[in-house]
Amino acid sequence: MDLVVAESISKDYVNGKVRIRALNDVSFRVGGGTFVSFVGPSGSGKTTLLNLIGCLDRPTSGRLRVAGTDVAGLDRRKGARFRGRHLGFIFQDFNLIPVLTVAENVEYPLVMVRGVEGGKRRAKVARLVEAVGMADERDKFPDQLSGGQKQRVAIARALVTEPDLVLADEPTANLDSHTAGLIIRLMKSMRDTLGTTFVFSTHDMRIVDAVDVVHTLRDGTLVKAADPGPGREGESRV
Amino acid sequence: MFKLVTIALRNVFRYKRRTLLTISLIGIGVAFVLVFVSVTASFKSLMISEITDSMLGHVQIHRKGYVASLDSLPLNLNLGPQAIKTVEETLAGFPEILAFSPRIKFGGVFSNFIESTNIRVNAVDPDKETATVPLLSSRIIEGSRTIAPGTILVPELLARGMKVKIGDVAVVVATNEDGSVNGFQFTVGGILRSVTGPGGRDGYIHIEDGRRILRLEEPSVSEVAVRLKKIGSRDEVVARLEKTLGEHKNAQGRPVFEIHGWTKLTPFFNIVQMIDVMTFFIQLMLIAVVLISIMNVMLMAVYERTREIGTMAAIGTQPGRIISLFLLEGLGLGLLGAAAGAALGSLAVVLLNVSQVRFNFGQQKGLILSSKMNPVDILTISLIVVAVTLLASLRPARRASALDPIKALRQV
Ligand SMILES: Nc1ncnc2c1ncn2[C@@H]1O[C@H](COP(=O)(O)OP(=O)(O)O)[C@@H](O)[C@H]1O
Ligand SMILES: [Mg+2]
Repeated sequence: MDLVVAESISKDYVNGKVRIRALNDVSFRVGGGTFVSFVGPSGSGKTTLLNLIGCLDRPTSGRLRVAGTDVAGLDRRKGARFRGRHLGFIFQDFNLIPVLTVAENVEYPLVMVRGVEGGKRRAKVARLVEAVGMADERDKFPDQLSGGQKQRVAIARALVTEPDLVLADEPTANLDSHTAGLIIRLMKSMRDTLGTTFVFSTHDMRIVDAVDVVHTLRDGTLVKAADPGPGREGESRV
Repeated sequence: MFKLVTIALRNVFRYKRRTLLTISLIGIGVAFVLVFVSVTASFKSLMISEITDSMLGHVQIHRKGYVASLDSLPLNLNLGPQAIKTVEETLAGFPEILAFSPRIKFGGVFSNFIESTNIRVNAVDPDKETATVPLLSSRIIEGSRTIAPGTILVPELLARGMKVKIGDVAVVVATNEDGSVNGFQFTVGGILRSVTGPGGRDGYIHIEDGRRILRLEEPSVSEVAVRLKKIGSRDEVVARLEKTLGEHKNAQGRPVFEIHGWTKLTPFFNIVQMIDVMTFFIQLMLIAVVLISIMNVMLMAVYERTREIGTMAAIGTQPGRIISLFLLEGLGLGLLGAAAGAALGSLAVVLLNVSQVRFNFGQQKGLILSSKMNPVDILTISLIVVAVTLLASLRPARRASALDPIKALRQV
């Protein structure tokens, strides 16, 4: 089943009298379990698109279904609940909570968003912290970590709730290329073991090798469909 | 919930200097209010006991209309034998009453055979009077501790002005109810320290001497002063006395008696009330300080942590949770401030007591202020602070919860 179905969605930003069309008539699907990337230069609409999929913003027109829900109709509270239940987020600036340790940051969505009970919670946290290779740092605070380590923690935090879909807007933009490669590989191996769908954006063409499906954005429009990666199905419609 | 508290507390201690500053500000404010409240409370109770325990008593009973013409000490408004009996019987039925003292009050002329001056005299039963106003005997700065028949206690200022000493003989001349005058020789038995307030410069003689000088054929008194076991039961006792004694009507169907609590009998009650008003305004100032400082520091926190709040919202934290987080942070600051203030205030009160601050009240010099920190005050002030902190955090908290995650995440 397709996890994301976008049918000719457009997004306009209105700043005073100026109307900027950030996305223009974009249609695509994201199949379950795929590792999908939106690529394009800065200003091409990647963040806008991921915000729409992530239910943080609403399209100006078109239909957008995420995990079987028409996300255009969600209000603030329902939107938050939907994100907490179905989505995981990885940010360009890592955005860990500075007063929480590595383990607590990973635990955060379980406690504050999902209300998972204590014993189960600790097991999940331990598993995820281990899986992203941060077990030795579990009691450190974010300001004691390198960028790559922070992003590992962020990946664990995004996955701990077992979401249908993880969204990552330029997750490697603030990392050196070596670390960026490690992070992408980590995300991919998490997809392989957990089967979680990943949708991320990047303007770094080197990363694109690793993905199943590449959608290229230019000036708010999808320009070409990439080959599906080996063994994975994916498609994009222009 | 527990996790929310943890996060809130860690955030409180995250900006150490700012938190310390806010806590100190609130703490100093709370301490100031607590010290003010406890000092004024002890000043108030000192003042009240000076007045009520020296001459007024807690409650007074008169014939209807006596208090209105108190200045002339009218003998024709005295209580007769039947009325006295009624009052005594009624008072006996009140367990709240510790003691009472019937007094004959009259104006007269005091003469040392060379010159003379006006004097107001209380004729009292010494035992009943000291039981009702226990500070009377401590006011006797010279001479006998009691009022023996044939002796008079002379107020200090009058003794000085008339140059009379203990053992001197003086004459008191009084106009009787029928208009005739009668003189009577007294030995000066004691000199009384003056007390500020009504009755503070009266002379005292034995009640039997009073009857003789006024040539009263049957017992009659001007007032009955009453001492309660607890001064706080005043209003309740007055109300019940009014009810019981109010049943006694004269031939015209008017009530015979009037009953007054001490607050109605002395202008110093206004000062007491003024102190309460001042306390109120000082508390208002504390509220303003807490409100402004907490609101300021919380708005600053929301502004600085916009990205963080955006992250929390993006990953699905409900707006209500975010509100709670910031309310808890404000609450933490308020509680810490209140605790610091209570500690600081208690310390200040202890230091004040150790240093034995003295002050003068009217004629009394060198009264020692011994204030006590009342736990109820600490609790009240802390509750006020906590309530105000929550109020002050509400706006910043709502602002945080209403942040648009996209905009919040874009902010650097
Ligand atoms: N809030 C906004 N208001 C106005 N214009 C915006 C806003 N956000 C993005 N844009 C514009 O929309 C276009 C797409 O931006 P964005 O989605 O951020 O691209 P990318 O993430 O690929 O760099 C750009 O022209 C950008 O200037
Ligand atoms: Mg972008």
